Amino acid sequence: MTPVISGAADTAVGRLDGSGCMALHAEAASAALADAGLRADEVDGVLCAYSLAEPHLMLSSVFNEYFGIAPSYSAAVQAGGATACALVMQAAALVRAGICRNVLAVCADNRLTGLGRNGAVAALAEVGHPQFERPYGMSIPAAYALVARRCMHERGVTAEHLAAISVTQRGHARRHPKAQARDPLTMEQALSARMIADPLRLFDCCLVSDGGAALVVSAADAAADHTDRAVSILGYGQMNTHEHAFAMPSLTDFGCRQSAAQAFAMAGLTPADIDVAEIYDSFTITLLAELESIGFFPKGEAGPAILDGALELDGVLPCNTHGGLLSYGHSGAAGGMFHIVEAVRQLRGEAEARQVAGAETAFVHGDGGILSAHCSLILGRA
Amino acid sequence: MTSTDAAPAKPVPLVTADTRAFWDACAEGALTFQRCAACGHVQFPPRPFCTECRAAGPGTERSAGLGTIHSFTIVHRPPTAAFKADTPYVLALVDFDEGFRLMVNLRGCPPSEARIGLRVCVLFEPLAGGGALPQVRLLVE
Repeated sequence: MTPVISGAADTAVGRLDGSGCMALHAEAASAALADAGLRADEVDGVLCAYSLAEPHLMLSSVFNEYFGIAPSYSAAVQAGGATACALVMQAAALVRAGICRNVLAVCADNRLTGLGRNGAVAALAEVGHPQFERPYGMSIPAAYALVARRCMHERGVTAEHLAAISVTQRGHARRHPKAQARDPLTMEQALSARMIADPLRLFDCCLVSDGGAALVVSAADAAADHTDRAVSILGYGQMNTHEHAFAMPSLTDFGCRQSAAQAFAMAGLTPADIDVAEIYDSFTITLLAELESIGFFPKGEAGPAILDGALELDGVLPCNTHGGLLSYGHSGAAGGMFHIVEAVRQLRGEAEARQVAGAETAFVHGDGGILSAHCSLILGRA
Repeated sequence: MTSTDAAPAKPVPLVTADTRAFWDACAEGALTFQRCAACGHVQFPPRPFCTECRAAGPGTERSAGLGTIHSFTIVHRPPTAAFKADTPYVLALVDFDEGFRLMVNLRGCPPSEARIGLRVCVLFEPLAGGGALPQVRLLVE
């Protein structure tokens, strides 16, 4: 049975005082079901991610109990920033296999008010290897800075290339009424912001946010009974090459190459066929390295192209049109799901002031860990 | 935080059965790695099988402790308050000459002088509670 995305929704994002992790899950889930035209009791599959603010061993079971549903299939998935895309891939597989008709994939966390910025940074640093990284004071920005420095050395990436990413995405976020960071950002500000982990400065790093997002993946015939706005899932793929920074097989070429190649092969498309891209941007270097690994730009050419406006709404590859993790918001696995929600809105023509004219194909990518786990999706206008 | 508060403790290596011999060697001032007798594959950290050919029991060898900086960053914003007093500090990935890679701090060198390609050698910093943590300093040849 052909899977489609039948519903997509997100909560507010940013500092949501008084928010709770489970309440954000429920709010996003309710909105996605309403968007799909489904009742909660029509959901027969639930996939969740994880929470740092409210850790649970079995988050999907906790959500089901809280939300008041009893799906026949339910599981939680932990693949860091790749989780949201992995949930869609798994949901599509469940639908294809005939195991589920309507799978609700829901992600949320209240990192900003639940943990605070320092708490979130410290909690995320636990990703570091407990013997061979954490004793050295590795932070997540530091791990990505190792990638940035090597990309500068091998590929000629410059601080200006990275700053141009944060400036471009801030421009997109300013067109999104819900984005967390909407103040104007200039190249000068980005290039002179305080250093976090050299060469990464403040605006090279993603936000810490509260927020949630949810999707419904349905069998095409099940969706057709409820909505005429379903989005086609044309292709998907995954690649997992390592976990820890010191075990990266390469600091300039990543598993997104293989995950994207699988997705493009399944869709029968090439990067040149993509109208809009929503690609994981935990740091500016994350996006730049992925753009080159995936093949949207030849090695060494993404930076100059970005300086030249390639990622603008009217550029050769409109990218992270909601502002991405850098400016829209990043609340854990929901951060990656915001990219998918935005792709769905672009393909439905519902992206308002940031709509990419005539968008019919979207590429979405999530990466988790230190560019460790990769999952790519290609979506199309139905 | 007030000035009378003690700095929080840095995380210490959480030793496992796989790595106890490695850390015991560090305490004796020796950096070790594994080489598979069956296929020659060099690997780190230690584990009871070869990740290349799956043969059991890779042999342990002592490294000369010499390597090259593959990449580095200067950390200004530490992961926790335990590292605040150290900032800015250099976090580096070092390729040791025998073919394995470690994450370390570069010691005894102003952060502004860190470069990819610099030659370094291992040193061991005592850990609170015993044992030692491998680090690197610039190699003066």
